[in-house]
Amino acid sequence: MYDAPNLGAKVEQKTNKIEANGVQVYYGDTHAIKDVSVAIESNTVTAFIGPSGCGKSTFLRCLNRMNDTIDICRIEGDIRLDGEDIYDKRVDPVQLRAKVGMVFQKPNPFPKSIYDNIAYGPRIHGLAKSKADLDEIVEKSLRRGAIWNEVKDRLHEPGTGLSGGQQQRLCIARAIATEPEVLLMDEPCSALDPIATAQVEELIDELRAQYSVVIVTHSMQQAARVSQKTAFFHLGHLVEYDNTSTIFTNPRDERTESYITGRIG
Amino acid sequence: MNAGLVILAVIALATLGYFVGRARALAKAGGDIRGLHSLPNYYGQTVFLFTAVPALLVCVGWLLLQPLYVEHRVSDMITPADIAEGSSQSLVMADIRRIATGLDTAVARGALTGADLSSLSADATDVRALLAGVGVALASEVKGSVLAAAKEYRAATATLKMAMSVVVILIALAGFVLSLRRLRPDFRARNVSETAIKALLILASSVAILTTVGIIFSLVFETANFFGLHSAADFFFGLTWNPQFRGGSDLGILPLLWGTLYVSFVALLFAVPIGLLVAIYLSEYASNRVRTIVKPAVEILAGIPTIVYGLFALITVGPLLRDYFAQPLGLGTSSSSVLTAGLVMGVMLIPFVSSLSDDVINAVPQSMRDGSYGLGATQSETVKQVILPAALPGIVGAILLAASRAIGETMIVVMGAGAAAKLSLNPLEAMTTITVKIVSQLTGDTEFASPETLVAFALGLSLFVVTLGLNVLALYIVRKYREQYE
Repeated sequence: MYDAPNLGAKVEQKTNKIEANGVQVYYGDTHAIKDVSVAIESNTVTAFIGPSGCGKSTFLRCLNRMNDTIDICRIEGDIRLDGEDIYDKRVDPVQLRAKVGMVFQKPNPFPKSIYDNIAYGPRIHGLAKSKADLDEIVEKSLRRGAIWNEVKDRLHEPGTGLSGGQQQRLCIARAIATEPEVLLMDEPCSALDPIATAQVEELIDELRAQYSVVIVTHSMQQAARVSQKTAFFHLGHLVEYDNTSTIFTNPRDERTESYITGRIG
Repeated sequence: MNAGLVILAVIALATLGYFVGRARALAKAGGDIRGLHSLPNYYGQTVFLFTAVPALLVCVGWLLLQPLYVEHRVSDMITPADIAEGSSQSLVMADIRRIATGLDTAVARGALTGADLSSLSADATDVRALLAGVGVALASEVKGSVLAAAKEYRAATATLKMAMSVVVILIALAGFVLSLRRLRPDFRARNVSETAIKALLILASSVAILTTVGIIFSLVFETANFFGLHSAADFFFGLTWNPQFRGGSDLGILPLLWGTLYVSFVALLFAVPIGLLVAIYLSEYASNRVRTIVKPAVEILAGIPTIVYGLFALITVGPLLRDYFAQPLGLGTSSSSVLTAGLVMGVMLIPFVSSLSDDVINAVPQSMRDGSYGLGATQSETVKQVILPAALPGIVGAILLAASRAIGETMIVVMGAGAAAKLSLNPLEAMTTITVKIVSQLTGDTEFASPETLVAFALGLSLFVVTLGLNVLALYIVRKYREQYE
């Protein structure tokens, strides 16, 4: 069931959630992202693929301004979330990150209990009015993170005590708990075994109903399995961006074809 | 031949062995180092080690045991009648040693010849005047038996020295020859060298451990002497500290312990928040440029000698606190106070807390920060709720280390807090600490064997137990929580 490309795109009318135009990113003197323009649709899983160092993670981190924390990083161009420029002076990156959540390559639960890990975001942003409210958010997030059944009896044990796959689903649940509109995932399965990967992929597919998901992956099979749209990056350029089925069956650019068939990368 | 020359000779022989061994190993392999188990240098090192190490060990052992043996032989020659009123066996032995060296000097200067020396007798010659002539002053006339003992001492020492030179050089030569004979291409010289390195490392670490054990023993024995002379109940539970020259002193540790803890508490109250904030600023907020300037600047504080801090407390902080706080508020008139010492000590402790905490905070993985920022947390929320909890065990360790440093501090307290042992809550009053009293009891005029002096060891041991306890606690906390965050 995981081998066939997901051909179920174009089910409903989609709007562009994020629009990037002419984005350039520099790390000091290195020109990491060269003139990338892409439109990410709502309720869609968009995969960024490409060889290591092609800039896909860098670009992903531009979408919620995580690159702001790196001193030498400089960004030009225009990225809009729901039509609003996220690099505008009036936009608070902290607020933006609450709307555009992120899941990282390595599971990074906080050294707190499972409950506190999930409650972290809601507490910061004041999403819960009462303890009962917070309990409900935690349960709902853990359920949506497909980990509730495994942890419901040990909510007050440390999150670091879970297995790698559980930790990653905990981190996804933690990101969901702040009610983001977009979920960015930077190689979320690279540290996981195949079974945990399958669970996370299943989860990503379910998340599509509520969020717009952007996933960076090294595994082309994974991109084919979970995404509806795929963007292929190479040496800082966005080479091709299209429906996943098109990219994998009928790519326009020969570099895409070479990469997909394993000749470059 | 004296010991220094013997050691030099052994080392010279061993160095020669290094080159010979290396050449010989190469020759045995037919000039091709691939035919050897180890590189030629290792064969050279092996010969060096077998030549030098056993010989030097014997030399050191001999030098340690020789005086014991000689004194044992000589002490049999002294009768109780030779020991004058008010003197003791050890004083007579010291005299014998002095006379022996005096005779050596006299012979060396030509004031005596070998023949003179053997016929020298206490009745015929004024030995005291003779020795005074070569610069060795004696307290009393030399008795016949003592002179005989000194001569025996001299003779035995000379014989044994010669014997040692011969034995040590023979051992070195034996090591040299035997190790050269053992050199074959398949001899595992690398492994020998590895064992030697390991032994060296163990030796180095045992120096540290044995010193600690030695310190503890010296404290424990003197403390036991003290408790033989003074009641333990008064020491541990007594509320007054009032040493008297004539004896019958009150030697209660509680006022001193209170002073120690009070001053340390004030110091930590000042140093921990500031040090922690400095650490947070440096590790989370400061740009690289600021960090490279501020971090060394803060650490300079740790390099200031405590006596200089003491001067600062004495002439600046103390009068300042007295004039603007204590007197206007009617809380005291002394420029020495707990607050003075505590504040200045706090300044001294800032770099301890900040530097260690900074390292700990930096060790919190970047992924924790990313995770928190990715959820829309601000920097201070991240620090407060993720970084500090993760770094807490390390920070607690840093604080406890600072605390044991504060408890052991002396100079700042002498100059800042005064020397009056008092049980009081008023931070603007002069108080004193255990360390200060250790110094004043040991440097006083009282006899060493009196409880007033020996109490210093009991105080030292108590202090040692307290700081040891703190360090163990710090290590325990750090270990217990460390793995949880890795």
